Amino acid sequence: MAEAVTKGHESAQSIPALLARNVARFGGYPAYREKEFGIWQSWTWAETADEIRALALGFLSLGVERGDHIAIIGRNRPAHYWAIVAAQMCGAIPVSLYQDAAADEMAYVMEHCGARFVVAGDQEQVDKILEIGDRIQDITHVMYTDKRGMRKYDHSQMNALEDVKAEGRAGHARYDAELDRRIAELDYDTTCVMLYTSGTTGKPKGVVLSNRNIIETAKASSDFDHLNHNDEVLAYLPLAWVGDFIFSIGQAYWTGFTVNCPESPETMMTDLREIGPTYFFAPPRVFENQLTTVMIRMEDAGRIKKWLFDHYMEVARKVGPDILDGKPVSFGKRLSYALGNLFVYGPLKNTLGYSRIRVGYTAGEAIGPEIFSFYRSLGINLKQLYGQTEASVFITQQPDGEVRADTVGVPSPGVEVRIGENGEVYYRSPGTFVAYYKNAESTASTKDPEGWVATGDAGFFEPDTGHLRIIDRAKDVGKMADGRMFAPKYVENKLKFYPAILESVVFGAGRDRCTAFINIDLAAVGNWAERNNISYASYQELAGHPRVYEMIREHIEEVNESVAQDPILSGCQIHRFLILHKELDADDGELTRTRKVRRAVIAEKFADLIGALYDGSSEIYTETEVTYEDGRKGAIKATLRIEDAKVVPVKPMVEAAE
Amino acid sequence: MNDMSDVYMTADGRQIGGVLMELKNITLKFGGVTAIEDISFDIRDGEIRAIIGPNGAGKSSMLNVISGFYIPTEGEVWFKGYKRGPMKPYEIARLGIARTFQNIALFDGMSVLDNIMTGRLTKMKKGLLAQAGWWWTGAAKEEHENRDKVERIIDFLEIQNIRKTPVGRLPYGLKKRVELARALAAEPKILLLDEPMAGMNVEEKEDMCRFILDLNDEFGTTIVLIEHDMGVVMDISDRVVVMDYGKKIGDGAPDEVRNNQAVIDAYLGVAHD
Repeated sequence: MAEAVTKGHESAQSIPALLARNVARFGGYPAYREKEFGIWQSWTWAETADEIRALALGFLSLGVERGDHIAIIGRNRPAHYWAIVAAQMCGAIPVSLYQDAAADEMAYVMEHCGARFVVAGDQEQVDKILEIGDRIQDITHVMYTDKRGMRKYDHSQMNALEDVKAEGRAGHARYDAELDRRIAELDYDTTCVMLYTSGTTGKPKGVVLSNRNIIETAKASSDFDHLNHNDEVLAYLPLAWVGDFIFSIGQAYWTGFTVNCPESPETMMTDLREIGPTYFFAPPRVFENQLTTVMIRMEDAGRIKKWLFDHYMEVARKVGPDILDGKPVSFGKRLSYALGNLFVYGPLKNTLGYSRIRVGYTAGEAIGPEIFSFYRSLGINLKQLYGQTEASVFITQQPDGEVRADTVGVPSPGVEVRIGENGEVYYRSPGTFVAYYKNAESTASTKDPEGWVATGDAGFFEPDTGHLRIIDRAKDVGKMADGRMFAPKYVENKLKFYPAILESVVFGAGRDRCTAFINIDLAAVGNWAERNNISYASYQELAGHPRVYEMIREHIEEVNESVAQDPILSGCQIHRFLILHKELDADDGELTRTRKVRRAVIAEKFADLIGALYDGSSEIYTETEVTYEDGRKGAIKATLRIEDAKVVPVKPMVEAAE
Repeated sequence: MNDMSDVYMTADGRQIGGVLMELKNITLKFGGVTAIEDISFDIRDGEIRAIIGPNGAGKSSMLNVISGFYIPTEGEVWFKGYKRGPMKPYEIARLGIARTFQNIALFDGMSVLDNIMTGRLTKMKKGLLAQAGWWWTGAAKEEHENRDKVERIIDFLEIQNIRKTPVGRLPYGLKKRVELARALAAEPKILLLDEPMAGMNVEEKEDMCRFILDLNDEFGTTIVLIEHDMGVVMDISDRVVVMDYGKKIGDGAPDEVRNNQAVIDAYLGVAHD
C-alpha cells in the first residue's frame, strides 16, 4: 500500500489535491465518522469530497477572496474539518482557535489575523464573537454548525453552515469554474493553515505552515509508522493544536485513514472504546487519568479479582515490554503472559479502548516511567515524540523496539537536529514553519537564515543510543544563589508522577534553596480520603487537610532523595512547600490552553505566597481572584499552611542554609 | 374561541399565538378548604407562562387543574377551542399535555434511555403480544422510530454521556434534566414544569433556563411553569400569573407584575396599622 500511496504525490501539492486523489483511490472507504443521535454516521471519501466542495462553493457565494482568513472555533466535528479544507479550496487561510478560549483571547487572535469569516461551533461561540464584535470590525459573516438556540439572532450577517452548503449546491453552475481555477492555483508554497501557539510567555504568535510543511511531514511520519488507509484515529484533541491538524488532516489525507469524531467531549472515553483506534495520540495526562481510574476501581474489586490483577500485572511488568520489543523470551514466560492476556490484559485493554491499537504516541509533557511501562507491559505500543507547532509537530520520535520513558527518540525522517553551545536544541526540516504572521522580528529571532530553529528546550543526545533527552525549557534552566543548576521542570515532573499531585511549581532561581507549590488531584486524593474516612466539604478544605499535607510531604521527601542522586541537580531539593487552595487554571491565565505552567504569571499572582515560602512563616492568609467560565470574576480567600520537608544533605552549604 | 389571528406581542417584541387553553372562573375545593377561588386566565400558543406565589398559594393545585388531574369544583377549562370534561391520565397524555414533578418521579433502577423511552409509551401502537413477537410484527421498526425521537431529545438536552447510566446513580440536577427529557419524549403541546429549578445550584439553573428557552424556541412548545426563583421567572417568562391564598392577584408581563402593588404586598408583607 505504501508504494501505491507514494505514487502520484508529485501531482498532489495541496490538501484539496490529496482529497481528489483519495476519492479516486479510496472513494468507497470511510473518511469521517461522527457519533450523532447515538449512532456512528459515516462519510466515504467520495461523500466527503462532495460535502467539502459544496461548502467551498457556498464560501465563494459569500464572497470569500484569496488570502482571506477564516477562523474556525468548535469541537472536533467533520463539519469543522470540512470547513478547513473548503477554505483552502477557495485560496483562503483557515485559522483554528481554541474553543475554550475566553472572549478576550479570541479577540486578540481574530484582530491579529484580520479574519473576515468565522465558522463557530454553537451558540456559545457565536455569543463570544458578538461580545467582541466592536473589536473585530473585519468580520463580515459568521457561520455556525449547531442551529440550536440560534433562531432569534439577527441573521443579516449570519448563517447556518448547512445553509451555506445548500447555497453552494444551488449556485454551483455560477461558481464551479472559479472554484476549479482557485484549486488549480494551490501549490507547495501556498499557506495550508495558520495556528496560534499557546504561548507560555506573551501573546500568542500565528505560525504560518505551508502545504509543503504539512504534506512532507505527514508523508515522512506516516512512512515511519507504516500508517495506511485501514487505520482509525479518534479526533478529540483541540482543532487549534498542531498535532490534531497533522493527525486528522495531514496524515489522514496523505494515507486515507478514517477520522472518528466523538459524540460530545464528555463521551470521549465511551467513544474511544467503541471505535478502538489503531493509531492514537494522547497527552500524558489522559494516560495518567486512565491509570488512576483503573487503580481506583481495582481497590474496590473483590479479593479474587484483585489477586488475578496483581499477579498478572507482575508477569506483564517482567515480560511484557520484552515481548513488545521482540526480544527473546522463554516459552514458560510467554505462556504465562498469554494466560494473563486472556484473564486480565485483553479485557482491560478492551475497557480502555486499546484493543486494536498499533501505534500510540504521547508528547507535550514528560510521562511517568511507571505509567509508561504500565501501558507498554499490556502490549500497547506506546511511544514518545518530541515536537512543536513551528516544526509541524515532528522533531524526534521513538522507532519501534527502541522505546524508553526518559528519552524522546531519534530525529524524525528528514529532520536535522543539533545541540547549541548553551545546550539548547535546534532543528531544521521540511516541516519548519514559513514565518510568524505579521511578526518578522520574532521570525528572525527564532529561525536563522539557514533555516535552523531554536526550540527553547535544553537537552542532549545520549552518546551510546543516539536518543535525545530533554531536561527543561532553556529559559527556565537557571542558577541558584550559590551557582548550582536549577531545572524546575525536572523536579516538577518527578512530583507529578505521584497520582495525588496534579500540578506543581518549583521556585528557586537566584535563591539559596528551592520551594514548591503543590496542586492536589481531586479525583485521586478524594478517593483516598473516602477510603481513609476523611471527610471534606470542598476542594479547599481537602487541600488544607493535615493528613493530605502529611502524604504530600512524604512524596516530596521521596523526590528529594531521588533528586539528590543527580550530582548536577542535587541543589533542586524542595525545602518548603504549600498546597494551593485552588486548581491552577487556564481561565485564570496560570496555565496555557495546552496546560503548561506559566511561571511568570504564577510568580506575580502568588507573590505573597512565594514570599511566605522564603520568610519562614508557617501560615499565610491570601485572596485570589478567579475567573469563571462565563468570564465573571470572583475571589477565593484562604489561610494556607506552609510545611518543611526533609532534604538529603549533599553539600555542607545546604545544611548551613537551613 | 380559538382565534389564531389574535396575536399577542411580548415585551421583547416576539409574537406569540392565539389562546391555546382558557381557564374560566376556576374554583377548587377539598372539603371545607378552598384551594383555588374563582381564577380565570389563558395560556397562549407558544408562550412561556409562569405561575408564581408564596407557599400554599395554590400553584401546584392550579397546575393539576391544567393537566386535568384535578377536576375543578366550579368553572370550565377550554382547550384548543373545546370544553374539556373529566379525563383519564392516558387521555391527558394523548391530548398533548406532559409534566415534570416537584419531587423527581423517575424509575431509579432503569437507564436514562429507558426512562425517556417510557415517555414514548402513548406513541407506541403495538400491543403487548405484538411486542413479544418483536421482529415480524413490526414492533422492532416501531421501537427504532421511537428511539430516533428519544435520541434527538438526548442530543438536545446534552445527556449523551449518561445515556446508559441507571438514573439512581445520577446527581439531582441531572435527574431533573432526565425528567424533562421524559416529558419532552411525549412531544407535548403544553409542557407543565413544577419547580424545574428547585434545589439547583446557579450553574444548573442557568443550564435549565437555556434548555427551557431553547425548547420553547426550537419545538414551539408552550410552557407553563411554577418557580420560586424570581430572577428566573422574570427573565424567561412571557407572562406571569400571581396567586396568593388561592386567588389571582396579578397577571401580565413580568415588568407589569413586578410593579403591581398587590404582588409587592403579598411577597413583602403589608404593615398593619
